[in-house]
Amino acid sequence: MLKQAGQAVSAQAQPNSFRTGPDEGGHFGQFGGRFVAETLMPNILELEKAYDEAKNDPSFHADMEHFSKHYIGRPSPLYFAERMTEHLGGAKIYFKREELNHTGAHKVNNVLGQILLARRMGKKRIIAETGAGQHGVATATLCARFGLECIVYMGAVDVERQKPNVFRMNMLGAKVVPVQSGTRTLKDAMNEALRDWVTNVADTFYCIGTVAGPHPYPAMVRDFQCVIGNETRTQMLEAEGRLPDSLVACIGGGSNAIGLFHPFLDDKAVEIYGVEAAGHGLDKLHAASLTGGRPGVLHGNRTYLLMDYDGQISDAHSISAGLDYPGIGPEHAWLHDMGRVTYISATDDEALEAFQLCSQLEGILPALEPSHALAKVIELAPQKPKDHLMVVNISGRGDKDLFQIAEHLGNTIA
Amino acid sequence: MTQRIEARFEQCRAEGRAALVTYIMAGDPDPETSLAILKSLPKAGADIVEFGLPFTDPMADGPAIQAAGLRALKVGQDTAKTLDLIRRFRAEDQDTPVILMGYFNPIFVYGVDRFLSDAKEAGVDGLIVVDLPPEEDDELCLPALKAGLAFIRLATPTTDDKRLPAVLANTAGFVYYVSITGITGAATPDFGKVASAVERIKHHTPLPVVVGFGVKSGAHAAAVAQGADGVVVGSALIDALKGTLDEQGRATSRSVEAVTTLVKELSDGVRSVVKRAAA
Repeated sequence: MLKQAGQAVSAQAQPNSFRTGPDEGGHFGQFGGRFVAETLMPNILELEKAYDEAKNDPSFHADMEHFSKHYIGRPSPLYFAERMTEHLGGAKIYFKREELNHTGAHKVNNVLGQILLARRMGKKRIIAETGAGQHGVATATLCARFGLECIVYMGAVDVERQKPNVFRMNMLGAKVVPVQSGTRTLKDAMNEALRDWVTNVADTFYCIGTVAGPHPYPAMVRDFQCVIGNETRTQMLEAEGRLPDSLVACIGGGSNAIGLFHPFLDDKAVEIYGVEAAGHGLDKLHAASLTGGRPGVLHGNRTYLLMDYDGQISDAHSISAGLDYPGIGPEHAWLHDMGRVTYISATDDEALEAFQLCSQLEGILPALEPSHALAKVIELAPQKPKDHLMVVNISGRGDKDLFQIAEHLGNTIA
Repeated sequence: MTQRIEARFEQCRAEGRAALVTYIMAGDPDPETSLAILKSLPKAGADIVEFGLPFTDPMADGPAIQAAGLRALKVGQDTAKTLDLIRRFRAEDQDTPVILMGYFNPIFVYGVDRFLSDAKEAGVDGLIVVDLPPEEDDELCLPALKAGLAFIRLATPTTDDKRLPAVLANTAGFVYYVSITGITGAATPDFGKVASAVERIKHHTPLPVVVGFGVKSGAHAAAVAQGADGVVVGSALIDALKGTLDEQGRATSRSVEAVTTLVKELSDGVRSVVKRAAA
């Protein structure tokens, strides 16, 4: 029986493993699926087949490893944040330094995988959607590296507030299309990318930037991002001789979070915290789909969405353009319902404070997205004993946000 | 109620012509005007009427239908109000098939069972839900068929012979062939290719095959009517309506007439093609 919107879905039986999903139809419990127009179905099935083949091909993995190491700069360090630890006076805090990757965020891990896959499939035209521009920049970068045509859809509002990234994409040879439809933000950019794909099915590969969209995207993007958690596991065993006690990551669509979380889902002793964007506050405009939304269907999958009584999608708000999306990846929706991951939220103001604290104590300017995760580390760490090992994913660097942060703090950058 | 759909296609066949299927958005630019247009369509020559359920994120639609949906939402149109309009249409017209067309989320949120029973009671005959491929038949298609509503499937140029049987398996009423790979109201199709595509689909199903996407004029309608059992027109009607709205997007005295004038032209186009009546 289908779960209707708003119906409580707690108290489900716990699976033996949290890592076996999705099922053949792309479902994580009631979430996920393939809710797309018929025109796209053959493409989605072709992609699923191509990905299954690549997954089992050692040469694909060899290419991934080669470019991860020499082009992206992996592995990214697991860094003991000593001064932050001292300042908070509780848990021992480690940063997973995804902001040190080429292009400055975790996004490139997934884009590398998808672009190598597009090459295998013989697709020469790459389209992508982007919010803050990090996924767009990563896609433009890999397209430049492999000589592929790149078109990036970006809401007109985001084009305006993320100008440096628009310029970066242009320099990399990509065409940035400002999207004027709907609310002119990330969700509309995704609508427009889907409209492009439906029109140019034969030669085009749609490189989705997060663990959302129709199956196989949520599973495939997760697999490409799991390098974050797999490395963390090895690095923590080397550093401390045991697994971490807790993991913290921010969530928009949720790709950096699932990448860190997934390899630890079956280690029941590891506490896992996902941090959504609470914007101006959960009773005001925000982007916390799990905390403030309910199940619905958008962009090819069933998941928690921000919407009104009639199923019309609401505007999300976050200071961070990368978290400004009214949905969340379906696997997170399922992990939320199963209770395996604890989803909490941080406001714009809390993220800004965390940004400043991290910059001043560690000499690391985090992006506004992971500043949300840091905001909850500031809250959680003091409650833990000193031998508690806490890992926070610094999913991107803050350079792109400096103009916006300056504005919020009442400064201007000349 | 698939009987009304079957009867209407039977009637068109007897008249030796293709059916004209028209699409407008419920609540665009306001509920009363959209109802007035809906009521005027059969008189102007429409055989089947499609009524759009507004949605904020219509991923398969072009600018005309996107804007129409937003105009409707702006004046507070919702699923319950759309069903009310159909109820009022049905009170005066018991014969014209009404198809609701839209996206799944508003229906899912309304509640599938409640939606099906309310839609049926209101006088809806069939559903076209763009983002429900056969892979998701359990969601709405099978419950709709069980409830006695036709679930009309879209077949597209990318639906090959291998996939067609799956696409046609749980469909009823008619098959809607999307003439292009693309969004509504965009490119004009190659009419020669459309005819051969319809023929290909007809090898797999006894259902009538109607063709839509990119049909804008009486001449287009006539060209499509050559090879298809019906012609669907949507974006062009919405453009005609939009051309009459005032600066605030409100209806004017010309709004209903602008749509019916184009429907008459389309109807003449469809009726200009004489087909052999079915034996």
